[in-house]
Amino acid sequence: MLSALEKQILIDLWHKLIPVAEDIGSEALYRMFTTFPKTKTYFGHLDLSHGSGHLRSLGKKIVVAIAEGTTHISTPLFTSSLGYLSRYHAYQLRIHPTNFKLFNHCMLVTLACHLGGDFSAIEHAATDKYLSAYSAVLAEKFR
Amino acid sequence: MVSWSQSERSAIADLWDKINVDEIGPQSLARVLIVYPWTQRYFGKFGNLNSVAAILGNPKVTAHGKVVLNALDNAVKNLDNIKETYSKLSQLHCEILSVDPDNFRLFADCLTIVIANKFGAAFTPEIQATWQKFLAVVVAAMSSRYF
Ligand code: HEM
Ligand code: HEM
Repeated sequence: MLSALEKQILIDLWHKLIPVAEDIGSEALYRMFTTFPKTKTYFGHLDLSHGSGHLRSLGKKIVVAIAEGTTHISTPLFTSSLGYLSRYHAYQLRIHPTNFKLFNHCMLVTLACHLGGDFSAIEHAATDKYLSAYSAVLAEKFR
Repeated sequence: MVSWSQSERSAIADLWDKINVDEIGPQSLARVLIVYPWTQRYFGKFGNLNSVAAILGNPKVTAHGKVVLNALDNAVKNLDNIKETYSKLSQLHCEILSVDPDNFRLFADCLTIVIANKFGAAFTPEIQATWQKFLAVVVAAMSSRYF
């Protein structure tokens, strides 16, 4: 469960990232592909080189989606607002659920690199919980 | 058996050289206790772990964080023999401390994030990949004496 304070921390943190969404999102993806090469199997149709147009455009969409989700944390709207992405990842893309953990970890590493002192244990804990909740929704339609 | 290329060996050695164990160790242990609170169950003797501030200011957490990270030095120095190097330590965590080995990976993840936080862009995706390959071997070794 995220406290009201954690919710505010997350709203502030993710909205600050929207202007650099392409950088953050593409770096998180590239870190995932480099550290966990098996994740590349889902992206065979894209150019996966560092900073490619494909990675920047997908990375931006991902960061914006995560930022928008912060508005609905701990409200009944949270799950329903992610309905499209949840159906997409489950029925069309069919991503094995363990990959969400790998992506979340690489996103945390990316934030740690970029945010320095603004990514203390408190922001780390709140972001970890939020990304777990978010990917649980993306994976919940699988079964 | 894991094999290490020359460039992986030097990437690990270079990164390890830059790590201040007394700084990174306590921060990593504190983060695992804060981000994954169930890990607190093993540290009942450490006194107050009731809040983020209490954990960050707890001298026993600081001291133990140094002990754990110093133990990692043995793995860096014995890359080809990590499993044997941690045999006794794995047995201790299993038989005496009864630590659920799934927590080793959580500690490793927190350590990686603390390092990323410290070194920023210098912690490149390629260095991260090699470092996490190393930590995966450490985690497997720490889990190897559980039956
Ligand atoms: C919290 C985690 C994640 C979020 C927020 C997220 C979000 C998104 C978004 C917003 C899109 C674009 C949808 C569109 O174009 O309308 C997308 C596409 C996609 N996602 Fe995810 N995703 C996540 C995790 C993952 C993971 C772990 C994988 C696989 C390892 C994955 C694989 C894909 C693929 C293959 C596409 C389609 C790419 C393309 O063809 O352009 N996603 N995701
Ligand atoms: C890579 C991971 C780890 C390494 C290398 C490591 C290393 C060590 C070392 C060197 C000691 C001191 C042993 C001695 O006194 O002879 C120790 C003690 C201990 N470790 Fe670990 N450890 C790791 C992960 C963990 C995790 C994840 C937990 C629990 C969540 C844990 C719980 C403990 C406890 C409870 C003690 C005893 C502390 C005390 O009473 O002083 N360890 N560990």
